[in-house]
Amino acid sequence: MSAPAAVASGRLVRLAVLVLPYAWLFLFFLLPFLIVAKIALSEPALGIPPYAPVLRWTEEKVLTLVLNLGNFALLAEDRFYLEAYLRSLRVAAVSALLCLLIGYPMAYAIARAPERRRHLLLVLVILPFWTSFLLRVMAWIGILQEQGVLNGLLLSLGLVREPLRLLYTEGAVYLGIVYCYLPFMVLPLYASLAKLDPVLLEAAADLGARPFRAFLTVTLPLSFPGIAAGVMLVFIPAVGEFVIPELLGGPSAQLVGRVLWVEFFQNRDWPMASALAVALLLLLVIPIALFQHLAAQRARR
Amino acid sequence: MSRRLPWLGLALGVGYAFLYLPLALLVLLSFNDSRLVTSWTGFSFRWYLALWNNTALIDAALLSLRIAAVSATGALVIGTLAGFALARLGAFRGRALFGAMVAAPLVMPEVITGLSLLLLFVALASAVGWPGERGVTTITIAHITFATAYVAVVVQARLADFDESLEEAAMDLGARPWTVFATITLPLIAPALASGWLLAFTLSLDDLVIASFTSGPGATTLPMVVFSAMRLGLTPELFALATIIIAVVSAALLLALRLGRVATSLTRV
Repeated sequence: MSAPAAVASGRLVRLAVLVLPYAWLFLFFLLPFLIVAKIALSEPALGIPPYAPVLRWTEEKVLTLVLNLGNFALLAEDRFYLEAYLRSLRVAAVSALLCLLIGYPMAYAIARAPERRRHLLLVLVILPFWTSFLLRVMAWIGILQEQGVLNGLLLSLGLVREPLRLLYTEGAVYLGIVYCYLPFMVLPLYASLAKLDPVLLEAAADLGARPFRAFLTVTLPLSFPGIAAGVMLVFIPAVGEFVIPELLGGPSAQLVGRVLWVEFFQNRDWPMASALAVALLLLLVIPIALFQHLAAQRARR
Repeated sequence: MSRRLPWLGLALGVGYAFLYLPLALLVLLSFNDSRLVTSWTGFSFRWYLALWNNTALIDAALLSLRIAAVSATGALVIGTLAGFALARLGAFRGRALFGAMVAAPLVMPEVITGLSLLLLFVALASAVGWPGERGVTTITIAHITFATAYVAVVVQARLADFDESLEEAAMDLGARPWTVFATITLPLIAPALASGWLLAFTLSLDDLVIASFTSGPGATTLPMVVFSAMRLGLTPELFALATIIIAVVSAALLLALRLGRVATSLTRV
């Protein structure tokens, strides 16, 4: 093969590799966001689909652009929506922190375990993730509900006189999110802790650092990429979580994902649901960009 | 782990207990003769029998398995190409956008993905007349789209792990790109492909939110049936379903552990 022909065939290979995933993701991932943004700016209407076109012909046959900022104005003014966003951010942040507090020692212990056992320990962390998400949430309903396992236990031990309200509380939402998202925290933490060279810790010890100090000054900073990836993997999806607040949270657990679901499926207000989605996306743009940056960095190494 | 063994052992013990006690409870309750979760009245298989006779649930499970198989295969093809592009093509025009489109679905809240895809399908239907009716096809497209990201990450990580000089050597010896891919690259990334497919399959099987948005009147998947049943209250039938899923997943993962490398790539996401 001559050199120009090789270059040409190289180009052809690149094109062949790229065209399908690029076109697919553009059509089914990027383009939909633009449509959401467009519909967020349209007015709700009766009919199928239940929104008025943004571009329409007036009676004088003039094409006009009708933008409706009312949905966004409502989002900013109505305390219900504002509180839902703030509550979602708080619940997701606290859940990510709890996952980190439980997940870090686990990941650390797995990374320090004898090599032949690490595989099994990791698989045991992932296994629940491979079973059904809904059915794992169901287990917690069985444990927490008024006629549930935990209340039954407490009553039979005589620790309480009447069943406690455990389900349909904000605590139950935290529990559900931490339970379901914990593997997403442990795996990236493990990946960065396993890469850590034990020689560094020995060097710190030789220089007189106590184990805790060595951990703070060597291990913790070096595991930062894992911490950041884990926190993003829990925090970002948790902000928009629907199933857990819907099934474990009470009427007060109005998180954004749930509000959006109700606007869409019950109120059939597609423009309002779209406006909620656009605002949620704007809220998450920085964390998502950060996550993408971390992923690109990890891929380059 | 020598000196700090007790402390670390405790962390692991508490962590695994937290992960597994709820699952153990589901398994135990599925064999309970009583409908109540608070009283054990005897060992029974009756809920498994009830599950077997629940045709709506069985039909939904079969539909979900079909959608999962097709979308996992689609995601495998597109995700492998995407992972290959990111790991091997170096710089190309639009790489930053491409990288973002591949990574973002991993963390994108499901309600956003679901809503945006539905609105796309509605817009397409009015612009080009397709898809005429939402259902199995639209759910499958949606699942391919978000599962592609997971396959791409697994494949990209595996490609980054092994030595590119193997491929270069084959090229130097005169192998054409396709031959290099088929004889060198493909066998080396096969474990990643297997785990990518399984991951995509599981994610599709488990998805409630995106399927609810993109489905039509004709297509009800297993998570939709389970979700609406759960809203009416827990039934031991659902515990039996959970037990079957836990058993299948455990068996599959143990097998993967035996086979070795598949398990390694599963941990890369």
